[in-house]
Amino acid sequence: MTTRKRMHLAAHFPGVNNTTVWADPRAGSQIDFSSFEHLARVAERGLFDFFFLAEGLRLREHKGRLHDLDVVGRPESVTVLNALAAVTERLGLAATVNATFNEPYELARRLASLDHLSGGRAAWNVVTSSDAFTGENFRRGGYLDRADRYTRAAEFVATARELWDSWLPHSSGADGTPRPFVHRGRHFSVSGTFDVPRSPQGHPVVIQAGDSEEGREFAASAADVVFTRHGTLEAGRAFYADVKGRLAAYGRRPEELKIMPGVTFVLGDTAAEAQEKADVIREQQVSPQTAILTLEQVWGRDLSAYDPDGPLPDVDPDPEGRLTQGRVPLGDPFAVAAKWRALSEAKGLSIRQTVIEATGRQSFIGTPRQVAARMDEFVTEEAADGFILVPHLTPGGLDDFVERVVPLLQERGAFRAEHSGSTLRDHLGLPLPVWKG
Amino acid sequence: MPEPTRPLHLSVALDRPGTYAAEPYVEAARLAERGRFDFVTLGDSFGPPRRGRGRLDALAVLARVAPATERIGLVPTVTTTHTEPFHVSSALATLDWASRGRAGWTVEVSTDDREAAVFGRREAPDAWAAWREAEAVADVVARLWDSWEDDAEIRDVASGRFVDRDKLHHVDFEGPGFSVRGPSIVPRPPQGRPVVAVDATAPAAQATAARHADVAYVRVGNPDDPRAAHAVRAARGDLRQRARAHGRDPGGHGGRLVVLASLPVALHAAADAVALADLVDRWYTDGVADGFHFRPQDPDRDLALLVDGTVPVLQHRGLLRGFYPGSTLREHLCLARPANRYATVRETTVRETA
Ligand SMILES: Cc1cc2nc3c(=O)[nH]c(=O)nc-3n(C[C@H](O)[C@H](O)[C@H](O)COP(=O)(O)O)c2cc1C
Repeated sequence: MTTRKRMHLAAHFPGVNNTTVWADPRAGSQIDFSSFEHLARVAERGLFDFFFLAEGLRLREHKGRLHDLDVVGRPESVTVLNALAAVTERLGLAATVNATFNEPYELARRLASLDHLSGGRAAWNVVTSSDAFTGENFRRGGYLDRADRYTRAAEFVATARELWDSWLPHSSGADGTPRPFVHRGRHFSVSGTFDVPRSPQGHPVVIQAGDSEEGREFAASAADVVFTRHGTLEAGRAFYADVKGRLAAYGRRPEELKIMPGVTFVLGDTAAEAQEKADVIREQQVSPQTAILTLEQVWGRDLSAYDPDGPLPDVDPDPEGRLTQGRVPLGDPFAVAAKWRALSEAKGLSIRQTVIEATGRQSFIGTPRQVAARMDEFVTEEAADGFILVPHLTPGGLDDFVERVVPLLQERGAFRAEHSGSTLRDHLGLPLPVWKG
Repeated sequence: MPEPTRPLHLSVALDRPGTYAAEPYVEAARLAERGRFDFVTLGDSFGPPRRGRGRLDALAVLARVAPATERIGLVPTVTTTHTEPFHVSSALATLDWASRGRAGWTVEVSTDDREAAVFGRREAPDAWAAWREAEAVADVVARLWDSWEDDAEIRDVASGRFVDRDKLHHVDFEGPGFSVRGPSIVPRPPQGRPVVAVDATAPAAQATAARHADVAYVRVGNPDDPRAAHAVRAARGDLRQRARAHGRDPGGHGGRLVVLASLPVALHAAADAVALADLVDRWYTDGVADGFHFRPQDPDRDLALLVDGTVPVLQHRGLLRGFYPGSTLREHLCLARPANRYATVRETTVRETA
């Protein structure tokens, strides 16, 4: 009998994110520790693999002013995860940390410290930005061009692994003996003695988020988990096959890299009720002001004179007019504008309705049973190994899922009934990395 | 004019090289909390392990301790020479959020070639250059903490705005070898600004202490040396004078500077704990220092005797409180919650144009 494929689940803290609804009476603080504690405890109760924090190192701007329509402000990831290690026991703790605006010795040490202090639950989501906008907060500014972001990230991860492997392990399981390291490379030239012994997981789990060609190749060579965007089942299967297919070239097996799309969900007692709720959430996510702003992002023009409940503008986008900083563009402006106009005309939609329809539909909408079945289908059909759930409410947005969907996933045999080990590598079924001293 | 009477301030170092699990740090911090210490410290550097014993990132350890304690202040060392001022500010602000207003920061520099080599970005600066930079880093970090006004978050559904962007501020800071645009990614922490501490023993550190520190440590090699008290008193006087030169009122509520004698302790028996209480009593009553920072030789043995031996004697003599009257570290140290410099600027300009 073949063993049934079980999914992995992670909880994304809904913070600075255009899916987070703050204008709901149930929406709590995005910064008080109690919000983080609540979501982490619920995720642990639901036997999740890990808790996930995103990062942004410069407050976003639009038309030269701070963007004020979404949630603004968040804690520094690694620090809040160390605190969460005190109030959870099994849950993995994943921090997004930029490889461009950090240095390997310091970050390797911070991550190894988290792994020790949490008893082997640390993960690092490696992201790479290098834009001059973000660089204005850092010593070196925006100094890398696009092509070099991933060469630096790859060398950064390799250097961190050398540091994590630098202590000579002790046969008795004691801490071992520090030994000097030397790394001479294109991006880093460092030497010395690391002052943290090999941590419980050997190396913290490495996550990669970035869908480009370079990003996929980097993931295949160096990551344990890929955090990707969610699309259709077909798109998911294509992405899955592509990334898994790249592993052999690095001597890795398909199960050594887990593919986890970020997904949203809406639950109802009936399918119709879930859809109604989903529509309300979309309206909350796209306020009239947000609708105009989203349009301005595509058009590259000031559209503040337009009525969000009126028709789309006749003017064409200005491809040079990048109004927004600190946010990934939505794609080629002419193509997007043409698509949105067609949509608006075909269905008779206003600006706001068009934006609601065209951006960020929820991934899974339905009764708990429908959602469980659909998620399971993505996994058994090889479109995903699991999901990073992005609730729309802080801090209670995961309560319902854990209460109502997790038991059904367990009933189907699609999700674990208990944690079989205590480290994040145990949860993900990843082996301890071989010590390469 | 006589100064207002202040409570005796006590703090203790939790350093225990070679310990990598959370529990011993948590237990020690809880014990210190039972002894009603104002805060615990944990040292840090990017130097190599000593005698085969390494250490974890100090801020990480104290963040792990935060939810397991309730009142005690948590003061890690964070260095400024090879780190990013922006990250330092965010991490300390987050420690303040996670501990609900109990974070502090011991500012330290890295002047060792070996610390420079693990970063490979620059040569090790000398102590004077390193502290000039540290002073600028302390300045910009505090500005970043102020870069959000306390009431910046408005959640105004009618206008669709989550924040009032007029209450978020770019800091546009130019320091020696770095610049920071801001604002912070972290909202202003509960204490407004976490408590800033500087070991002011070395001459190069004294300008930073006088200008930016809320707490200054003065290290004493041998407390039994009859000249030790005199040296600490002189150092305190000097620091306070320099603070006044920067427009601070070191004895008052705003600009207060708490000078702690930092003593090595090695307590072998109850009698040693009482002898230490005698010394604390004498120095404090004589106005030598505002309080003490103890550096145990043996973290387990000495802390237990401090809490069960020295502290009860001081409480019995009415020198030390038996409870925490406040909940934040600033409250323990009688430090006012600082006004936000950017809010003040706006109010003044409004008044001027009105
Ligand atoms: C699902 C997902 C989540 C991401 N989360 C973050 C984040 O939290 N912080 C960040 O700076 N970048 C984040 N990124 C951006 C990536 O690190 C990367 O900079 C971006 O995707 C561009 O790289 P690419 O060209 O490889 O896609 C994320 C990307 C994806 C796909």
